[in-house]
Amino acid sequence: MASIQFQLNGKPQTVEANPAMPLLWVLRDIVGLTGTKFGCGMALCGACTVHVNGIAVRSCTMQMANVAGKNVTTIEGLSIDASAPIQRAWIELDVPQCGYCQSGQMMSAAALLTKKPKPTDADVDQAMRGNICRCGTYDDIRRAIHRAAEIAARGRSAGGAQ
Amino acid sequence: MSAEMDRREFLEIGAGLLIGFAMPQFTGVRVEDAPYPTLYGPFPAMQIQPPDGKPYAYIQIAKDENVTLFFTRAEMGQGVMTSCSQILAEELDCDWKNVHVRFAPVNTNLYGYQGTVGSLSIRTMWSPLRKAGAAAREMLIEAAAQQWAVNRAQCRSENGFVIDSSSAKRASYGSLAEAATKLPVPANAPLKDAKDYRIVGKPLNRVDTRAKVMANAEFGMDMRLPGMLYAAVARCPVFGGKVASFNAAKAKAMPGVREILQIATGVAVLAEDSWTALQACRALDVKWDEGAGASLTTAGISEMFATRAKQEGAEARNDGDVRSAIAKAPKTVDATYEVPFLAHATMEPMNCTAHVRANSCDVWAPTQCMTDARDMTAAMLNLPPEKINFHVTYMGGGFGRRGNYELDFVGEAVEISKQVRNPVKVVWSREDDMQHDFYRPAAYAEFTGALDSNGWPLALHVGLACPAFPPGRPGGVSNTAVAGMRDLHYEIPNFRIDYHAADTTVPVAFWRAPGACQNTFFAESFLDEMAAAGRKDPVEVRRRLLANTPRLLGVLNLAAEKAGWGKPLAPGRFQGVALGSNVGSFNAQIAEVSLTNGKLRVHRVVCAFDCGQVINPLILRQQIAGGIAFGLAAALKGAITIDKGRVQQANFNTYDVLRIDEMPAVESYIVPSTETPGGAGEACVPAIAPAVTNAIFAATGKRIRKLPIKDTPLA
Repeated sequence: MASIQFQLNGKPQTVEANPAMPLLWVLRDIVGLTGTKFGCGMALCGACTVHVNGIAVRSCTMQMANVAGKNVTTIEGLSIDASAPIQRAWIELDVPQCGYCQSGQMMSAAALLTKKPKPTDADVDQAMRGNICRCGTYDDIRRAIHRAAEIAARGRSAGGAQ
Repeated sequence: MSAEMDRREFLEIGAGLLIGFAMPQFTGVRVEDAPYPTLYGPFPAMQIQPPDGKPYAYIQIAKDENVTLFFTRAEMGQGVMTSCSQILAEELDCDWKNVHVRFAPVNTNLYGYQGTVGSLSIRTMWSPLRKAGAAAREMLIEAAAQQWAVNRAQCRSENGFVIDSSSAKRASYGSLAEAATKLPVPANAPLKDAKDYRIVGKPLNRVDTRAKVMANAEFGMDMRLPGMLYAAVARCPVFGGKVASFNAAKAKAMPGVREILQIATGVAVLAEDSWTALQACRALDVKWDEGAGASLTTAGISEMFATRAKQEGAEARNDGDVRSAIAKAPKTVDATYEVPFLAHATMEPMNCTAHVRANSCDVWAPTQCMTDARDMTAAMLNLPPEKINFHVTYMGGGFGRRGNYELDFVGEAVEISKQVRNPVKVVWSREDDMQHDFYRPAAYAEFTGALDSNGWPLALHVGLACPAFPPGRPGGVSNTAVAGMRDLHYEIPNFRIDYHAADTTVPVAFWRAPGACQNTFFAESFLDEMAAAGRKDPVEVRRRLLANTPRLLGVLNLAAEKAGWGKPLAPGRFQGVALGSNVGSFNAQIAEVSLTNGKLRVHRVVCAFDCGQVINPLILRQQIAGGIAFGLAAALKGAITIDKGRVQQANFNTYDVLRIDEMPAVESYIVPSTETPGGAGEACVPAIAPAVTNAIFAATGKRIRKLPIKDTPLA
């Protein structure tokens, strides 16, 4: 066990945990943030995607030792009022069916939009093919990413905060 | 149907009008209805008769105008919380903005059977929710008329208000709710005409979207209780095997491990968090008594199927005289088809939380069959069902895995919590989930078809080998195993099915569109073979054989028109057609594919769909696209194979599913209809595989007779 400090959704967080424990389980079982989902444990499905220093990572394979001192954003940190463009687009288009994979889908999509504010379909394929959805919401995810890009662009042109 | 509405009960959950009506049970829809044995004891049958005609399906109208539906079906992504609320709101004529839906706690006395299988949510709720809404509306109107001392006939409802047409007086439902509770429930409140619908049939947004986007929706996996321990279970890798002995020393020494104990399914490790439990489970040294299943292989199962299929089986259908028709026919066609076992691979792995106390138990289970799970828990603990507080959660997919006799995950949690008298959440790893599923059965079909002198189908014989499911019914015909074949609508004068209950030790059960998901592939592929042998167009043959099945013919013609069937396609594109008819709905799919250096790409799927009255077209389109994605994943890649009695796949790297870049453009065309609603969740799964393989035949002349497609080189 070790005392590990990091930034979680903009606030300092300290946990007592085995440094080998993946970030996913620290978030879910120790901190109690259950929005980040367990799907495969091997970085194969994307359900556990979070941002570490702004980069989309699979939290199920990232050991806590590598999280120390870093900035972690989870689905709960995207916004508290559904105001993030990704969330607005996801709500507008009713993307989720069962909803279990959608935290990971939204976190991958948000990271894509940070890198590519106006992604092409090929960009979406590349960024999102690691995120599995068994309900088959893929087409809605694709449309929602393009819609979120529009929402974000309008926000920027209106001088709004990113 | 006035018996449905002769009683009303009130619950102490707030002021206002509470009203409920008996829901029809699943009788006549589920065909396998006898109790069957399971690991956790004899299991009650699905049908639970309503105790003394009590009313179910509660709705509450509160003084603050909020209308609450106590939802008794399972929400696993198919959107039925929303569509059921729409049915109620339509007949109640309330403001959609005020409608709320809550999972009803499991209580057979209040709600009847709670759960969803077989795309039955809308099919079982359509009538009772309409009647409940209409009766409540009538009571509110009557209450207003009495209050105003006017004739009932001059009052009407409008969007949550009662209005007196002569004076334009208005009263809100909330203000009338208390007075309405004192009135008798009308037996035959008039139902709206479909042309007046303003909520049913509209693409309203889903009621569960925001919670899911904000990650507030609580899945079974998200349960956390004070003092709760996390459990993982080591299960015998060979089906039917059991624990011989185990050494827990290494696992027990790991920090955070609290307890290790043997249970019916294996050895359970309890720890302070999920990860430690899963890690410690792998550190267990268990000697298994592998039992008789240890030599089972996929090849061996195939051979057994092939042998059985040649024999005379149980007669599942026998029209005309197949033998003599085939003997006399100018032309015959033979082919054999095979499909593998499939895992469900729900995104949320199996899990369950239980807290067993001396005389009661709380369970939080992501299950499709809440009543069955509660009753099983009660039987395990020797408690009356009323002592089980069964909490309903959202589910990260169901697809049949969380269905009614696949409740091993619930049994484990109850058994472990009973032993340690502590709240326990059992968490399955993805590997546990994939290797200890109740699989879509592997199946095998041996066809002989005969054509008349003009090349039209005259006779069809199929020897069908498929494990019987649900299990425990030796001999005879497993209705589920022949679904999609026995109910084939094509008019072929001589048609016989010989069914063989070709059981193995691999546990099998319902998988989205059970039976139909393999038998539609068999039948729709072989029909294409017969068309080709008779030099007929695949759509033309189907049209001829469906002349007396208007709804199926209707979707076939619609799909053919929208897909441009028979017209020139873009270079390198080819089309295949297949029909699906299950869960009370009808669909035709035309898949458009290309092959580049042997690499298959499914570009577009045109789906014409007729499920009768549509409740919510947005959700229906989700189910059409979702069903196609689910069926396509299996068609292209899905296979669970067995060696030494074990499943060889373990995670998404060895059991891949559809990815975003493989999703075809799905164009859905919904037939306008006011027929009684059919099901949607499973409807579009079966036809996609044969639509794609028929398109591959159009492209290459190569007939795919064995799934998944990836196992056949297409170069």
